[in-house]
Amino acid sequence: MTGKRRDSGLVKAMPLLLPAYAWLTLAIFLPLSAMVYFSLLTSMSPSGQSATLTLGNYATFFSDPLYATLLVRSLELGLIVTLVCVLIGFPAAYVLAKIFKGRAREAIFLLVILPFWSNSLVRVFSWSMVLREGGILDTALNAILPFKVTFDLMYSYPAVIIGLVHSYLPYMVLTCYLSLQAIDDALIEAARSLGASRFTTLRRVIAPLALPGVLAGSALIFIPVVGSFMEPRILGGHGGTLYGTVIEDQFTAVYNWPLGAALSFILLAVVLVILLVSAPVLRKAA
Amino acid sequence: MNKTTAILAGLGLLLTASSAMAKDLHVLNWKGYGADEPFATKAFEEMTGDKVVNDFFNSEQEMLTKLRTNPGLYDVVMINAAFMQQALGEKLVQPIDTATIQNYGDLDEAQAQSKMLNVDGKTYGVPWTWGLTTIAVNDKAFDTAPTSIKEMWKEDHKGRVTIRDDAVEAIQLGALATGQSINDVKDMDAVKQSLSELLPNIRTFWSSENDWNQMVASNQIDLGTYWSGSAGRAKTKFNLPVSLAVPEEGAVGWLDSFAIPVGSTNVEGAEKFINYMISPEFYKEWDETVGAPVSASKRAVAALPEDSFNRKVMGAPEVAERVQFQEPITDQQREDYLKVWQSLKVGAN
Repeated sequence: MTGKRRDSGLVKAMPLLLPAYAWLTLAIFLPLSAMVYFSLLTSMSPSGQSATLTLGNYATFFSDPLYATLLVRSLELGLIVTLVCVLIGFPAAYVLAKIFKGRAREAIFLLVILPFWSNSLVRVFSWSMVLREGGILDTALNAILPFKVTFDLMYSYPAVIIGLVHSYLPYMVLTCYLSLQAIDDALIEAARSLGASRFTTLRRVIAPLALPGVLAGSALIFIPVVGSFMEPRILGGHGGTLYGTVIEDQFTAVYNWPLGAALSFILLAVVLVILLVSAPVLRKAA
Repeated sequence: MNKTTAILAGLGLLLTASSAMAKDLHVLNWKGYGADEPFATKAFEEMTGDKVVNDFFNSEQEMLTKLRTNPGLYDVVMINAAFMQQALGEKLVQPIDTATIQNYGDLDEAQAQSKMLNVDGKTYGVPWTWGLTTIAVNDKAFDTAPTSIKEMWKEDHKGRVTIRDDAVEAIQLGALATGQSINDVKDMDAVKQSLSELLPNIRTFWSSENDWNQMVASNQIDLGTYWSGSAGRAKTKFNLPVSLAVPEEGAVGWLDSFAIPVGSTNVEGAEKFINYMISPEFYKEWDETVGAPVSASKRAVAALPEDSFNRKVMGAPEVAERVQFQEPITDQQREDYLKVWQSLKVGAN
């Protein structure tokens, strides 16, 4: 009886599910499968009748310490950017969810998602105008301060972090906002009336309840940042060589798609392993 | 009834007539690189009646791929001479009867006879333009232009040097600085050593002409590697304090040529088009309205004003003496260069 009902439920759900799954198959599964195949080829030279299947591209990663060094560096960058996003995004989301109401909330919300509306390349280039020596920030600081400072962050590691945080912060604010908003105000009032300090309330009531949002935001930020290549390339100067830029080079500069694809899948595997390992911890925490 | 037949017959005649007279001419080139200038396609269409259809590529690899996957579609293709051997090896281009190209005799002889474009007595590429990858300086930083490439390594320019983030260009720069041939790097360790000493001086890597010009405009760099045509444009078109320097160690030269792909359906039109591309009329207007690299045609360069960049700076005898033309690079070399370059960049942090 129940089985039958479930079957008919599935049949009914099919028309609703089909577009999404057809799209996923077409836009993600097929290209990804093609990439798996490319990553196993010896060469992509279209004249090459000689292309055979090999695991050599994956072996390259392990035989040359260069790639591991870069991967570690990219993972570090992902952690730093995610952490900064939590530190900036969580308080902003709290204010949005619990303090502002009505019009003010809408206005601030708009400001938060505004970066999404501009092209990411434009955003990165506008940072280069702000951060360089003689740029907007440098000029403004020197106009205000009585002494001379040279402010030049352009083409440095901090510039990459600033650019990436700017690009990905809205994800953190939005996910935190959703989970913070779901917290019943009565719980906070109860904690306060029972004598908990503001900090204790935050630590014992709000933070645990908002954790799923923070974690979802962190995953949304960490994964793309590890593979980022545009921001490091434009803002990072000669320190901007990361795992993502090396993959990009394989595709665009030397046309070595097999190695580029293999490096991408190793990144994917590493990210999956990180998520899997942290899953029990996260589930417990959430 | 009769009327309808007559009209139909007339229409049919018209169609066959127009298709016999005006043919399409498919040209494959970089975007914004001369052949697709509206003035040029218009002039050519008026001259021959053939309609020019432009298609573009973003890298030499893409150009080769387009030739491979669309046999018979293109009638003219622009090929960097260093890639001609590969195109020939895959039988993508056909020999050109140079007698049909009236302006062929105006070409620089050494370039026209280049071994990269001529194989077994047959000509596969007609040289079109050439230029240098060399160094350019910010005039504000120098009273007299430097004569040595080693200037980039000097302590005075710490954090004020730029080079392009391109493995081949970087290795060639290292080869020049260590006194080696750019086409036959024997001592790669010396190149690595030299580049690793240069990296601390680098402010950032440039990737487009605009990057370079912006950095000079905001006085962020003293000097760096640059392309000759871009340096000329920066000075004449954008009024920036940029001067080209051709150091005594030498400079990297590149040569672009036109070829006719195998299977072209409009060889005659292709020959006319190539002839027009190396004509002084086309070149003069291209250089004056947009800014062009140096033409391979001596008569075309002579048509420019005497003080023009392409005639005065690029025509100087020391340029001809110092240029080393870039020869073909295998895919394997390219990958090896990239690896060396990547590890140098990572080690530099």
